[in-house]
Amino acid sequence: MYRFVFPLFMIVLFAACKEAPQDEWTLELPSNFPKPHFDVANRPITKEGFELGRKIFYDPQLSRDNSTSCGSCHISTSAFTQHGHVVSHGIDNKLGRRNSLPVQNMLWEPLFFWDGGVQNLELVALNAITSPVEMDESPANVLEKIKNDPAYPPLFKAAYGTEEVTSGRFLFALAQFMGGLISANSKYDQVQRGENNAQFTAEEARGYELFKQNCTTCHQEPLFTDFSFRDNGLTKNYDRDKGRFEISLDSSDLGVFRVPSLRNLTYTKPYMHDGKKASLEAVLDHYTGGLEMSRNLDPLLIQPNGQLGFSLSAQQKLDIIAFLKTLDDEEFVRNPLFSEQ
Amino acid sequence: MKKVHFLAALAAISMMTVTACHDHNDEAEYAEKGSLVVEMDHQAGSVPFNLGANYVTAAGDTIKFSKFNYFVSNFVLVKEDGSEYIVPKNDCYFLIQHENGVANEIKLENIPGGAYKSVRFMIGVDSLMSATPAEQRPASLDPVTNAAGMYWAWNSGYIFVKVEGTSPQAPIDPSTQERDVVYHVGGYGGNNPASPTMNNIKTVTLEKSGELAQVGQLESDHSHGGTSEGVEPHAHVYVNVLEFFTAPTSFKVADNPVMHWGDFSKTLANNYADMFTLDHIHN
Repeated sequence: MYRFVFPLFMIVLFAACKEAPQDEWTLELPSNFPKPHFDVANRPITKEGFELGRKIFYDPQLSRDNSTSCGSCHISTSAFTQHGHVVSHGIDNKLGRRNSLPVQNMLWEPLFFWDGGVQNLELVALNAITSPVEMDESPANVLEKIKNDPAYPPLFKAAYGTEEVTSGRFLFALAQFMGGLISANSKYDQVQRGENNAQFTAEEARGYELFKQNCTTCHQEPLFTDFSFRDNGLTKNYDRDKGRFEISLDSSDLGVFRVPSLRNLTYTKPYMHDGKKASLEAVLDHYTGGLEMSRNLDPLLIQPNGQLGFSLSAQQKLDIIAFLKTLDDEEFVRNPLFSEQ
Repeated sequence: MKKVHFLAALAAISMMTVTACHDHNDEAEYAEKGSLVVEMDHQAGSVPFNLGANYVTAAGDTIKFSKFNYFVSNFVLVKEDGSEYIVPKNDCYFLIQHENGVANEIKLENIPGGAYKSVRFMIGVDSLMSATPAEQRPASLDPVTNAAGMYWAWNSGYIFVKVEGTSPQAPIDPSTQERDVVYHVGGYGGNNPASPTMNNIKTVTLEKSGELAQVGQLESDHSHGGTSEGVEPHAHVYVNVLEFFTAPTSFKVADNPVMHWGDFSKTLANNYADMFTLDHIHN
């Protein structure tokens, strides 16, 4: 009789493994992250809300001519940027002004966009929808299209209990999807959490030390940004893009832009608000002799002896780049639950 | 004896009845709750305002308006005795968008009955509501539908006052080839006290000597066919569009034809802060 038990056991085990759900998404807050800025306790992000938001995110009906969706410029395999594009091109191939930011870890951000002009996650989408060079559509028209699309009622019902399509539900669904795009499983994260015996190589470890000495004041762990806005000496001429000044109207904010996260850099090139740095090497060259003495250059980038930026040897630059690559989260960019279904 | 008593009783009853007919309280009686309608009557100086008509500003510019929209909110009603009634948050935001021939009536309901001498409100939307999750905002503030044209998607916040039109004194706008005047004024100060942004919220207090709004006042003889709900006063507030262009600062459209988000909007907000006056109340 026992001859049957073991095979039976294995069959049951395999059967159970085979049925292990691949399509069950739930919100998991990383243990090595601080508390989110978003009020997850009172505005719950659910699987059904995430899935409804995902459908909306990839829906080109959000644009005037039904050609351009959020996913057109925010591509999942590029950590939700428009890979390789200095600035994005939207509807009618019109060019934007700034490099597309990754849609990642937004639950921790207090302010959105390069100039911090938007502070509510669910209101971020309105900017792209109404921009004449992105989707060029009125939000009210979008809502009408969604209301008339037979694919949506069951998704609204699953997410909210009834089929009714409202502004609030529409916006919050998008917020649930975007908020659910959490990147926290890079090699760096596994080292921090002591998972899978992850360990830095000697090069990566050296790079981490150098990073902590030179970069972490602005690019603070674990999100690799302190969420502040700074001028990092890209240009002395603020005319082309005034940055945060356009929101605050404070002259000390001229040429000042958000400190972006450094996660997933391999997938999000090129870099800086104007996309003008094509590689990490170019970025490090910028910080080690390429800084402009612009009017609002951040004091942290001015040494006591007047030198701008840092000094790094060639090997040290390689080490830092090696460390930065440990912030790439391959699982994030390959997650089938994040891409267009 | 019976006859005397009867007469006396009759006399007494008569007197009491007569007395009762004249026995009003000196104070009017009010229903527990009532409504008040604030009617915004748009004016251009001393004449009624219409889109498409020409008006002349204090600085001598002629303007033909195509839009006049604004938010008023956070209404507080003050009784004769100084006590205040704050209209509940979810019911206190109103977007007024001028349409020729359409009355702009703000109906405030469930107000404690009584005699009110003044009303206080904000021109614009306060900082707390401007940061509230979108799905929790009242319908009048929905940035997707009702408030879509009065909301900045790139700089979170509502446009408090929008004035648009054309003027022969304005320069030609290169993108439209028209002599446009375009003013969008907003700015609630942001939500970070450590680094406040521009704050153009203005508070208006309206009262007029001798004018009281008798909310819920009960008619003693019901001769108007009124119900026990009582009087619903209509307060007529005159809104003078031309004040946008003057007092304290008269400006020429040639110097400032367009303002979206910038320092000059402070000047505009200071100008329009005194756009509203209480003209009269129908009780």
